[in-house]
Amino acid sequence: MAEILVLTEHRQGEMQEISLEMLAKGQQLAEQTKKELTAVLLGKGVASMADEVKRYCHHILVMEDDLLANFNSEPYQDVLSFLIKERKPSLVLMGHTAFGMDLAPPLATAAGIPLATDCYEIEVKGDAVIPYRQMYGGKMCAEVHFKEAPCHMITVRAGSFPAEGLKEINGAVEQVSFQFDKDYAYKKFLQYVEAAVGDVDITQADVLVAVGRGIGDSENLPMVEELAKLLGGVVACSRPVADKHWLPKERQVGTSGKTVKPKLYIAFGISGAFQHLAGMKNAATIIAVNKDPKAPIFSVAHYGIVDDLMKVVPSLVAKVRERKGA
Amino acid sequence: MDIIVCIKRVPEVAEIDLQVDQTGKSIKEEGLVFGVNDWDNYAVEEAVRIKEKHGGKVTAITVGSAESEEVIRRALALGADEAVMVTDPQADGSDAYAIAKVLAAAIKEIPYDIILTGVLADDDGCAQVGVTLAELLGIPHATLVTAIEIEEKQVKIKRELEGGMEEELVVATPALFTIQSGINEPRYVSIMGIRKVAKKEVATRDLGTLGLSPNQVGPAGSFTTVERIFPPPVGEGAQILEGSSDEVATKVMDVFQKGGVI
Repeated sequence: MAEILVLTEHRQGEMQEISLEMLAKGQQLAEQTKKELTAVLLGKGVASMADEVKRYCHHILVMEDDLLANFNSEPYQDVLSFLIKERKPSLVLMGHTAFGMDLAPPLATAAGIPLATDCYEIEVKGDAVIPYRQMYGGKMCAEVHFKEAPCHMITVRAGSFPAEGLKEINGAVEQVSFQFDKDYAYKKFLQYVEAAVGDVDITQADVLVAVGRGIGDSENLPMVEELAKLLGGVVACSRPVADKHWLPKERQVGTSGKTVKPKLYIAFGISGAFQHLAGMKNAATIIAVNKDPKAPIFSVAHYGIVDDLMKVVPSLVAKVRERKGA
Repeated sequence: MDIIVCIKRVPEVAEIDLQVDQTGKSIKEEGLVFGVNDWDNYAVEEAVRIKEKHGGKVTAITVGSAESEEVIRRALALGADEAVMVTDPQADGSDAYAIAKVLAAAIKEIPYDIILTGVLADDDGCAQVGVTLAELLGIPHATLVTAIEIEEKQVKIKRELEGGMEEELVVATPALFTIQSGINEPRYVSIMGIRKVAKKEVATRDLGTLGLSPNQVGPAGSFTTVERIFPPPVGEGAQILEGSSDEVATKVMDVFQKGGVI
């Protein structure tokens, strides 16, 4: 029977939110295509997670093994290749995460399955499954067509499908019988490394003045720091600024950095890549300053200024000073 | 330690208002500035650093139009020793899978211990070519790499997970790593530096010399095609504050006041 397969993702005993998001979208797609939804859960000591996941799918395939305890694309790929061969799903979903980015391309390639990565929407038109993804750092969207094949694979962008609408299905748990024939010594997980702690915790600040690529040079940081200080806040940044080591990594807002929810977030020269928006879109008030009127940051900001930050920052500094002096 | 580094020429789109072209499938390229993909720049730097520390040779390779020579020369100026450029109009319209096939064919004739690519390309953002290439070559891989430490016959790496967390792995060589931005501070390449390598040989290949047939690449050899592109739908969007810079600043003060910031 053709089914939709969702690979659930977890780390250190915690299920990742993306798993529920994919199950929610998977339920919808299964209904639209009249198929069953099957979750795959690989790990070690995951019985309680299986009990939670089975509520939302028709079948959950569980395999426990020491080799699956921590994510490693190699044993994961072998188990999934086996399952795909056995069960012949029409669609496989996994997260476009550190997990799925390592696993989906080799799995799809080895099995000859067309793959679309980092998709924020999936539509069904007739018999076709049509993924949508973004390009050019979120400045364009693309409708992607798959080559016809018995199975397609899509990696899903985190936060694209709300998990709230999940329906109870209460499926059955099935154990996977698969025998590893090697120990995968050529790719071995050693340990997790926690994020470094810095002198400033941006998650605790009420006011964040954030800078992105548009800051141009580290020489331009002092004026931004001055504005932050006047507002009783601290300076944060998007990825390119941390990559250039202009600000320490712990100041980075976004998927691979911190998630923040300040009272006020001012974004200077940040175009608003999805990874950044995911980390700040819940701020109470967002002001964005960017030269490009179509920058994605304006879609989450409450107020926007289409101008060069080099002009805007000094004028704001002067104005705050004036107000404070009065 | 011989290293191959794969690079791509892409348009710079930060703070640029992009337009859809007549085909509806790609962007208008007129007026755009092109350069090396940001992630690949970090990958080239990392390759050169490994060579400087452990010896060996760095080969830079690209698949693209004739203009891609500029990013290949830049890699040579940064410290790559050899360069290979695969140019063939029949490869136009290739998806990540088809490009990986071209790279795999080109890499067959080059000895290597490590292959580096960027995590993803600024333009299509697939994060797919590097890992697919590793699978086609039958070598282990790791993505989102933020640190590389060369050991005997294996490499200890860190890879980036979500929320600022990382994991440490060991991977046996030969292996492929996709390099995350920020792994190093790429050195500055001067115009003089690029001039110095102007006469250096860049090996050119096409599908024929790589033994690939036209139906293995381009749309025919691809698993996916872009049907159309469009600007992201603007939701409610921001209220744009307009006026002279003083007027705008005054409006921002009102927002500050409303938010209880001043």
